[in-house]
Amino acid sequence: MVEWTDFERATIQDIFSKMDYESVGHNALARCLVVYPWTQRYFGKFGNLYNAAAIMGNPMVAAHGAVVLHGLDKAVKNMDNIKATYAELSVLHSEKLHVDPDNFRLLADCLTIVVASRLGTGFTADVQAAFQKFLAVVGSALTKQYH
Amino acid sequence: MSLTAKDMATVKTLWGKISSKSDEIGAEALGRMLTVYPQTKTYFAHWADLSPGSAPVKKHGKTIMGAVSAAVASIEDLPGAMSQLSELHAYKLRVDPSNFKILSHNLLVVLAIQFPSDFTPEVHVAMDKFLSAVALALSEKYR
Repeated sequence: MVEWTDFERATIQDIFSKMDYESVGHNALARCLVVYPWTQRYFGKFGNLYNAAAIMGNPMVAAHGAVVLHGLDKAVKNMDNIKATYAELSVLHSEKLHVDPDNFRLLADCLTIVVASRLGTGFTADVQAAFQKFLAVVGSALTKQYH
Repeated sequence: MSLTAKDMATVKTLWGKISSKSDEIGAEALGRMLTVYPQTKTYFAHWADLSPGSAPVKKHGKTIMGAVSAAVASIEDLPGAMSQLSELHAYKLRVDPSNFKILSHNLLVVLAIQFPSDFTPEVHVAMDKFLSAVALALSEKYR
């Protein structure tokens, strides 16, 4: 089981309580598709992903970004049981979506950068450490059912 | 994934905007790296003080950014420009090259915090490619 300090718990709850899910989700997913263009392989049905402007303006990307970010709520609410919480989603990502788990880290890095830009100096090194640990635990849980 | 002319221009433009704060950026990125990725502290056991904002961290952040700045200036020939530093890292410092990626990530986080409107996705991808190219040039002499 993952050990969380009081600071880490409080930090995660705080970040997500203030989160603009639509905006952050949209920006994080779009940034991922721009910075790591090979991730576009999973979004063949999303229409125009031809350049950065098209990606940023694509309504399907915006909608899906929000879906992904709301998916993190499960972990925020069940920090002591993230592995079990994501068992079904892990199976989905493996068996149905066929997502290379390396992508969870790429999206996590983009999400870190977007949240950093929103929180500014409030995103201290300790806050960054807590946030990245949280995302790494989520990524690990999502990878758990792959075989 | 080599740097296009557009990437090089984007990096130089961003560098123009941030260079006056480069020492601070370097110190901040290094401090973050030591906090968020504690395993990186193993390379600095000889420092009296590893805390963010300490004198050795500030000094070393400045040193690193000096080298990154030189890399921007020689962006068309990174292996050539980084040859001596590559030898230093390969034969003397022996830093595992996976750590270059870690420092790069923290540099990008600091840029996102301090220059949120300049650090657009297009600038982000150009900087990420540039820092990857610098890391590759730094690891040239390893084996």
